[in-house]
Amino acid sequence: MKRSAVAAVSEPEMLRNTNRNAGIALRPDAFEAVQVNLSAVERRAATLPTRRTVKKEYQAAWLVKALTCIDLTSLAGDDTPGRVRRLCAKAMRPLSDALLKGLGLEDAPPKVGAVCVYPTMVPAAVKALEGSGIPVASVATGFPTGLTPLPQRLAEIRYAVGEGAGEIDIVINRALVFDQEWQALYDEVAAMREACGEAHLKAILATGDLKTLRNVYKASMVSMQAGADFIKTSTGKEDVNATLPVSLVMIRALRDYCEETGWRIGFKPAGGLKTAKDALNWLFLMKEELGRPWLEPDLFRIGASSMLADIERQLEHFVTGRYSATYRHPMA
Amino acid sequence: MAHIKDILQSMDYGPAPEGAEHVAAWLESHNAGFGHFIGGRFTDPSGGKSFKVTNPADGKLLARVSDGSIEDVDRAVSAAALAFKSWSKLSGHERARYLYAIARHIQKRDRFLAVLETMDNGKPIRETRDIDIPLVARHFYHHAGWAELLESEFPGYSPVGVCGQIIPWNFPLLMLAWKIAPALAAGNTVVLKPAEQTPLTALAFAEICREVGLPDGVVNIVTGEGDTGAALVAHEGVRKLAFTGSTEVGRIIRTATAGTGKKLSLELGGKSPFIVFDDADLDSAVEGLVDAIWFNQGEVCCAGSRLLVQEGIAEKLYAKVRARMETLRVGSPLDKSTDIGAVVSAEQLARITALVEQGRQEGAEVFQPSISIPGNGTFFAPTLMTGVEPASTVAVVEIFGPVLVAMTFRTPDEAVALANNTRFGLAASVWSENISRSLDVAARLKAGVVWINATNLFDAAAGFGGYRESGFGREGGREGMFEYLVAESGRAGVKAAPKTTFAAAPSPTATISLVDEVDRTAKLYIGGKQARPDSGYSYAVTSPAGKQVGLAGLGNRKDIRNAVEAAGKAEGWGAATAHNRAQILYYLAENLSARAPEFEARLRAMTGASRPQAAEEVAAAVRRTFYYAGFADKHDGAVHATKSRHVTLAMNEPFGIMGVVCPEEAPLLGFVSLVMPALAAGNRVVAVPSSRHPLAATDFYQVVDTSDLPDGVLSIVTGNAGELASTLAGHDEVAALWNFNLGIDAGMVDKASAGNLKPVWNGGARDWRSGQTQGREYLRRATQVKNIWVPYGE
Repeated sequence: MKRSAVAAVSEPEMLRNTNRNAGIALRPDAFEAVQVNLSAVERRAATLPTRRTVKKEYQAAWLVKALTCIDLTSLAGDDTPGRVRRLCAKAMRPLSDALLKGLGLEDAPPKVGAVCVYPTMVPAAVKALEGSGIPVASVATGFPTGLTPLPQRLAEIRYAVGEGAGEIDIVINRALVFDQEWQALYDEVAAMREACGEAHLKAILATGDLKTLRNVYKASMVSMQAGADFIKTSTGKEDVNATLPVSLVMIRALRDYCEETGWRIGFKPAGGLKTAKDALNWLFLMKEELGRPWLEPDLFRIGASSMLADIERQLEHFVTGRYSATYRHPMA
Repeated sequence: MAHIKDILQSMDYGPAPEGAEHVAAWLESHNAGFGHFIGGRFTDPSGGKSFKVTNPADGKLLARVSDGSIEDVDRAVSAAALAFKSWSKLSGHERARYLYAIARHIQKRDRFLAVLETMDNGKPIRETRDIDIPLVARHFYHHAGWAELLESEFPGYSPVGVCGQIIPWNFPLLMLAWKIAPALAAGNTVVLKPAEQTPLTALAFAEICREVGLPDGVVNIVTGEGDTGAALVAHEGVRKLAFTGSTEVGRIIRTATAGTGKKLSLELGGKSPFIVFDDADLDSAVEGLVDAIWFNQGEVCCAGSRLLVQEGIAEKLYAKVRARMETLRVGSPLDKSTDIGAVVSAEQLARITALVEQGRQEGAEVFQPSISIPGNGTFFAPTLMTGVEPASTVAVVEIFGPVLVAMTFRTPDEAVALANNTRFGLAASVWSENISRSLDVAARLKAGVVWINATNLFDAAAGFGGYRESGFGREGGREGMFEYLVAESGRAGVKAAPKTTFAAAPSPTATISLVDEVDRTAKLYIGGKQARPDSGYSYAVTSPAGKQVGLAGLGNRKDIRNAVEAAGKAEGWGAATAHNRAQILYYLAENLSARAPEFEARLRAMTGASRPQAAEEVAAAVRRTFYYAGFADKHDGAVHATKSRHVTLAMNEPFGIMGVVCPEEAPLLGFVSLVMPALAAGNRVVAVPSSRHPLAATDFYQVVDTSDLPDGVLSIVTGNAGELASTLAGHDEVAALWNFNLGIDAGMVDKASAGNLKPVWNGGARDWRSGQTQGREYLRRATQVKNIWVPYGE
């Protein structure tokens, strides 16, 4: 499949990516000889946000779009069902009526892409989100390190799916990347995909641990070959989380996979994206490198918690012309 | 206003215009027109002729600007000359404070300057805002540093005087900074002529000069067209000319300044290769191409405009390039989401259009993306031409537009051969993840700047400038400062040497006083062999008393041709280790020393020198040979401090084949003083010895023969030095020429050199016994700096 096919679809597809990546047999030749030049990637990543900007109503619309791509997340040791209910309430009603009116979106109020929680929080989230159409995403497989035994990791997936999670954010086993044990990594991810069943699988690469961009590319490719629906940068727990250079390399891998197989894979940066400006930069990246289809939640998610508040404040400024205060917006 | 709902569907970027109201107000305040900036004051714009300056993006009038007359130029040069008296006497620190203030003020006015530049030139605001103006400030900061350090870092050097500077329209304010900053740092004063298409930021800069209180006359700006530039070039008060622009005009300036002794630096055109190997990061290489040829509408002298790609990956890379071209945005230069703005003028647009059409007719496949191009203004779509061969017009000439031509290669050797198959030699870009291969290719490229896995990186600390017909001289870094300084040179008073006659007929009355028992025939020395002159003639060499002391070969242009051809085959010399060259130079000194009595006798017979004088000259020649043998492995390059995680290597590379025309006086020492540094630096030399006293040099080839100097590295052609120098100057294989023969018309040599624009050093009279006639100055002039940028990191 040629690149042109990647950009060909201009109509947005708001629904979940129904044409799921079935995966292919492990093909090391698709990634083993990959070359990634750090300085050149950094240059592209540094200049990309300076090459594009959106202003006024365009900026507002793009921020609303970003909002719909957010996996509103709480992954903390002190999470409780009560905390999760609060998160879900915000996910369903992220913008106030006044803002919706100001944006002309009263009849189509935006919702976030998903709510992302720990497996034991899935039941509470599912209940809270009932009827909203917002999927629950659960991390699993020994998040964030992935260092529990494989059977337990798979069991964790089955538990979360069983409790109603529609998306599973798995973590890959970093040691298999360091040792270049591609078959083992492929087998693990494939087994996880199988355990997911109908639930979509997002493979977290923990790029901050992988360090080199070639490792990032290779891990991306193996995950996609093994059937990942999304590839995701980080758990949010590594020292360095989502960065534009790392994202660029993952997106290039995703594009190469799409050209090779025709499957469209989603991308999810997570960790460290806090501001409305961050959201726009990643949307620019998606649009420039992949095209219009990757600006929808079926192929793009942002793992974030505090970003939503900043987007609200920017939208309020657009609507009222005044700078807003955080306390004016209901917390997640 | 578009509905948010609709935008959520389209996800278009929408307009994002940079505000221009401050620039509009400034232009409005100058609606009476701009005068010249002379002696710290603007001249009355209604005083003389003027011309219009327009915005290429919409064709609208921006301003009326004065058209500089010969008188205007004269007044500006006078103001600069007056200012030079005090400016050059200021301490480095005092000058540094002014340069620092200019840098600060540019930063304080940065957005104003960016918007003005964009409106005047048509380039996108992203570039002026993020690249041009920050580099301008950086350049003044850097040179504030050189001003401060001048006394300690450049001892024995002094400023040149009034500098005439002519800059192009593609980077108007940046080129101004590249010219003015080093000139002022070194203590010179300046008359600058901006391009007629884009004079406005230079005029705003003039206002900044007033704002910081720069002394009157230190910077003068005269606006105008070609005639104004010609007047500046011709002005007798100008001691140094710096030009950036086309090779065609560079050649005219070289010719116009011939014989005037004006210091000259030329930064000219290019057709720079962008080489992609099969182990490159291809996606990054594609972004590199965007920065190479779709930066500044491709109107960049060092644009990577010739894509050379390894055969196996060519189609894959072309497909990626074409896909990337689809996401380039061509449009209003003031829009913040524009990648490619307007071409500078309708003339330039017509030229680009015609060349692309010619390429098409010659068989190239032309690809342009299906993106929208504004109907008004001078816009040209990004273009990729494949199916291009080295013989295609578009592969040879500089298009100076957003047009990339692509060719393939099979091996690294072929990549280098194709890359170097050009008259130009400004820049090159090499893409490969194999550092051994990248550096090998970088070393073999004939280009002043080589970027590895990068392109169009600039920094004030690194020199920029070309090889071959891309000009000579460097801008930026330590190497750039030398263009605005003159060395104390051990100059001697000029003694008019008596004219040499080249009597080829036998003289029945002469008796040659033999220095040997047996008659010795001085021949030419070409390609490691003694060679009879092509003419078949010898000429009589006489002592000052008129006594014939021997016969020397009457070399002609064919002998020069043969010598250059032999030098061409001796390429290994430049690649040999410096240690190896040093050893051979020591060996030359050793063998010269062993034959000292013979050379002393020769000098006495030939020049009438006394015994001690002759002994002193031979001893000095031995010492000097030792000196350059010692220096052979010490004329180090540098690692410039540019960007973090980048090594920027400034390598001193030999020119290749040099012509060295020796002085008439000091026939041995003068010869050695020039030939040795040229050899030490790794050049192959075609030497023309003293016409009047050639026999010391011809004796010298016997020293050469016994010293392991590889064949062809040094050739010696005796005869009429003027004729031989003319042939050397006009020979395109000769990459640099030194002329120290005062009897030769320097203007003739300069003019003849305009063919391949080789740098010429007309050295003037020197006291060759002086210690000042040796040193780094000679090595510096025997080398050209290649800056290789090597980013690193995994």
